[in-house]
Amino acid sequence: MTATAPAPPRRVEPDAAPPVVEDSGISRWVPAAAVVVLWVVVWAFTRGTDTLDLPSLSRTDLHDRLTEIQNGLLEGRSTNPVMQFTNAIADAFRGTVDWLQRLLSKPAFPRPVPEIGWLGVTALATYVGLVVASWRIAVLVLASFLSFGVLGYWDQSMDTLIIVLISVLLAVVIGMPLAVWIGTNARANAVVTVFLDLMQTMPTFVYLLPIVLFFGIGTSAAVVATLIYALPPIIRIAGFGIREVPATTIEATDSAGQTYWQRLLKVQLPMARKTIIVGLNQTTLAALSMATLASFVDGPGLGKPVLQGLRVNDVGTAFVPGALIVVMAVMLDRTTTAASERSERVARGGGHRNPRLRRVVVAGGAVVALVAVYLSRTYVSLAEFPTYSIGRTISSGVSDVVDAIKDTFGGVTGGLKDGVTEGLLNPVQSVLADSPWYVSFVAIAALALVFGGVRALVITVVCLLGVLWLDLWNDAMVTLNMTLVATVLVMALALVFGVWMARDRRVDLGIRPLLDAGQTIPPFVYLIPVLALFGPGRFTAIVAGIVYAAPAAIKLVADGVKGVSPTTIEAGRSTGQTTWQEITKVQLPMAKGSLVLATNQGLLYVLSMTVIGGLVGAGALGFDVVYGFSRSEAWGKGAAAGLTIVLIGVMLDRITRAASDVRRDDGPGTRRAFSLRLPIGPPGN
Amino acid sequence: MRTTRSRGARLGVLATAAVMVLSACGGGSIDEQTQANEEQAAEGGGECGDLNMAVNPWVGYEASAYVVGTVAQEQLGCTVNYKELKEDVSWQGFGTGEVDVVIEDWGHPDLEKKFFAEEGDGSAEDFGPQGNVGIIGWFVPPWLAEEHPDILDWENLNQYASEFETSESGGKGQFLGADPSYVQFDEAIVSNLDLDFQVVFSGSEAASIEAFRKAEENKEWVIGYWYEPQYFNAEVAMQRVSLPPYEEGCQDDPQDVACDYPETELKKIVGTEWAASDSTAVDLVRNFTWTNEDQNVVAGYIAADGMSPEDAAAKWIEENQDKVDAWLG
Repeated sequence: MTATAPAPPRRVEPDAAPPVVEDSGISRWVPAAAVVVLWVVVWAFTRGTDTLDLPSLSRTDLHDRLTEIQNGLLEGRSTNPVMQFTNAIADAFRGTVDWLQRLLSKPAFPRPVPEIGWLGVTALATYVGLVVASWRIAVLVLASFLSFGVLGYWDQSMDTLIIVLISVLLAVVIGMPLAVWIGTNARANAVVTVFLDLMQTMPTFVYLLPIVLFFGIGTSAAVVATLIYALPPIIRIAGFGIREVPATTIEATDSAGQTYWQRLLKVQLPMARKTIIVGLNQTTLAALSMATLASFVDGPGLGKPVLQGLRVNDVGTAFVPGALIVVMAVMLDRTTTAASERSERVARGGGHRNPRLRRVVVAGGAVVALVAVYLSRTYVSLAEFPTYSIGRTISSGVSDVVDAIKDTFGGVTGGLKDGVTEGLLNPVQSVLADSPWYVSFVAIAALALVFGGVRALVITVVCLLGVLWLDLWNDAMVTLNMTLVATVLVMALALVFGVWMARDRRVDLGIRPLLDAGQTIPPFVYLIPVLALFGPGRFTAIVAGIVYAAPAAIKLVADGVKGVSPTTIEAGRSTGQTTWQEITKVQLPMAKGSLVLATNQGLLYVLSMTVIGGLVGAGALGFDVVYGFSRSEAWGKGAAAGLTIVLIGVMLDRITRAASDVRRDDGPGTRRAFSLRLPIGPPGN
Repeated sequence: MRTTRSRGARLGVLATAAVMVLSACGGGSIDEQTQANEEQAAEGGGECGDLNMAVNPWVGYEASAYVVGTVAQEQLGCTVNYKELKEDVSWQGFGTGEVDVVIEDWGHPDLEKKFFAEEGDGSAEDFGPQGNVGIIGWFVPPWLAEEHPDILDWENLNQYASEFETSESGGKGQFLGADPSYVQFDEAIVSNLDLDFQVVFSGSEAASIEAFRKAEENKEWVIGYWYEPQYFNAEVAMQRVSLPPYEEGCQDDPQDVACDYPETELKKIVGTEWAASDSTAVDLVRNFTWTNEDQNVVAGYIAADGMSPEDAAAKWIEENQDKVDAWLG
């Protein structure tokens, strides 16, 4: 992080010398190009044969066998002992959520209102923000909670918070022991990582039906689905933190004769605390990102009004609750981050400049909060948030703006869509999907070898064989094509905006909140206007994927470029470099690790939007998953498609990782929000 | 110490002042309402109990569900739980008691096989037609039907096929398939009638609606799977293309379908256990029946006028108390 603001960008010399290609990378691109040329030549002669194309609504025997598993479970549900057990757990979840809802969000009969009204909840939350973080955070929390009510979604916001809270608590209880295990045992790490990859890349729609079978409909299903998705970050990141405690420290303390527990509790966990809190932060945001999907099985919360907006095709209706999910994400993110910074300070003995003042604030705040709770239990208007029209005004305003955009750009967008589709999507798809399967298989494996070496080749072959076995080869190639094209566009955006942000602090400050919003707003909110502009099809899916994936890639590139040492840049400037030369010869090559990581994350983020693509006419694997979720006789096809997506994700992840030798500890998080705070590269970077 | 005490005192004063101000504007007391609720509960009238109403994800369904639910709640004193679920998940819920009523079923032979008494576990049963008639078919936007009236006959479709071409349809005309939840035979129909079209699935009702709306506004060529009752038909009156007429049995083998979709009597499906209970809502659901026009009115309130489903249902009930009275028998 440079403290000095970079010089404003100078005009690019039109006749500056062309940038010299880094010699370290050139060796890979030549054989890669040779493979592609050969592939195209073979394709030209063999196209259209052995493509393994399967019509959208057809299924194979394998898919029906998978469906039979689900049907078997359904038939035996009254006698299955595992389900008896999970149903008991589900009852506990339901009971807990119900108790919390009566406390916060729904009338606790015979009371006409919840036990604690909005004033009490807001005061308590603000107080917590004040105590664990700072007055700044307290103000943020206060403003967030007021916005929930003023915009008209108090009850739903509380419901979402309840589900997130319970899931995160469970994630910590289940995740921390696993994190310790993988942090201290390399073999355990290798095994657990496979499951974490599966949990993070498997589309939720695939496991929603089994969850309903085992845990029932509604709040219990919402808690379990959220837990499955929120668990991996804390295991991965906390495990990473524990593993990274310097060996010398452990040896030094071991020599004093400590026991296993002393080492764990006094050395490893305290030294990894900062990283563990990062994991907690990521887990919280992952839990929040499930809010809309959980509503597909009647999970309570802000997801419901978002889906209602989708049902009536009104972007305005979906926008306000979607924006509140963003508000909640920002609030939780900033609060956990500030709390971890503060605890770090306190642990180092920094503490407070004025401990007496702090004590007064803590005690006084508690009194105020308790008084507020009492009042909110006594008076209706302090319990039930008053109704304001501002939420509706914003809804209709957003709808009007979107309509205006539609009217203005309606003509241009068709051309853009056709241009990208005809110029980029269709040709690449033709080579990938219209080649005989064995040609594509060999070509992809060869490219994996070129970029990632033997290790990547082995994994790629295993993944492709899996794809082949799952009987969805053609759909997999179409999805792979969309993923690649979207990632190319994402990286183009990431390079432009990332470098711009890195070179100009004001741009960074201006753009970052938009990026946070892009990553956390539920895709269902912007699907409606994107559909209106581009119509159903692959391009629309790509646009949705870009909105979701570009922020992460842009942030990674920006931070990578910013991390380039200022002395290197100064040295270059003293030799009279132009800005263009500075960017292409110094900043980008030196930030190469970040660029590869951004590509990796871009690929996985785009891939995780495949299912959303299935909802907007992109077909292929996304459609198969939606089809399997919608019609239980096709569940097996959806499951096969989900597994295929996992295999493609693992393949792309391992190839890019091998290509860059990026350390694998931080793991592939696909739909991870705010990925920036992940430990990237060696600690202390 | 002195500073602490004075701060503490000041905070105390502040808190007291806040209490007084807030109490003054606090409005009604919760205690009073709690008492009223308790008294009402003591009076009884709770013969209905809980009614778990599945809400499948389309507006027409929502209209039916909320009208029945609102009547149950307001006039029978039921506690109505609306559960927003897709069809297959709703049916799974009958066995566990999580769902009592599916109020608009478009025909799910596979689910009936799993959950009806004859072949399945008997957790669900058919509660008769609910009055709406589902019309499924191939539709084009009105501008197209007006400018090329002959397009409304399937035999003329091939001569226009190239007009329907899009970037997604691989050189053929594009036929817009629907949300995968719905029963669709379009891929078979296209191939068995030798039509020069490619089925491209929109993936969701929202996607189909946006495509049709855009087509009507910009006079674009679109043909797709569509249905009635649907509130969108009030905004854009989609025109049906006639296919070879439906005959009994012509859709038995999904691969061989070459005929139009039949008209579907939409049904009520309920949980067997709930139907056998003495809840007063059972008769309400049994008697409930209304028309496509009725449903489109309520769906229009929700989708076009932006009313909440509760308000939309309440408005229709107020205007049609005579029909409601017939259900209450």
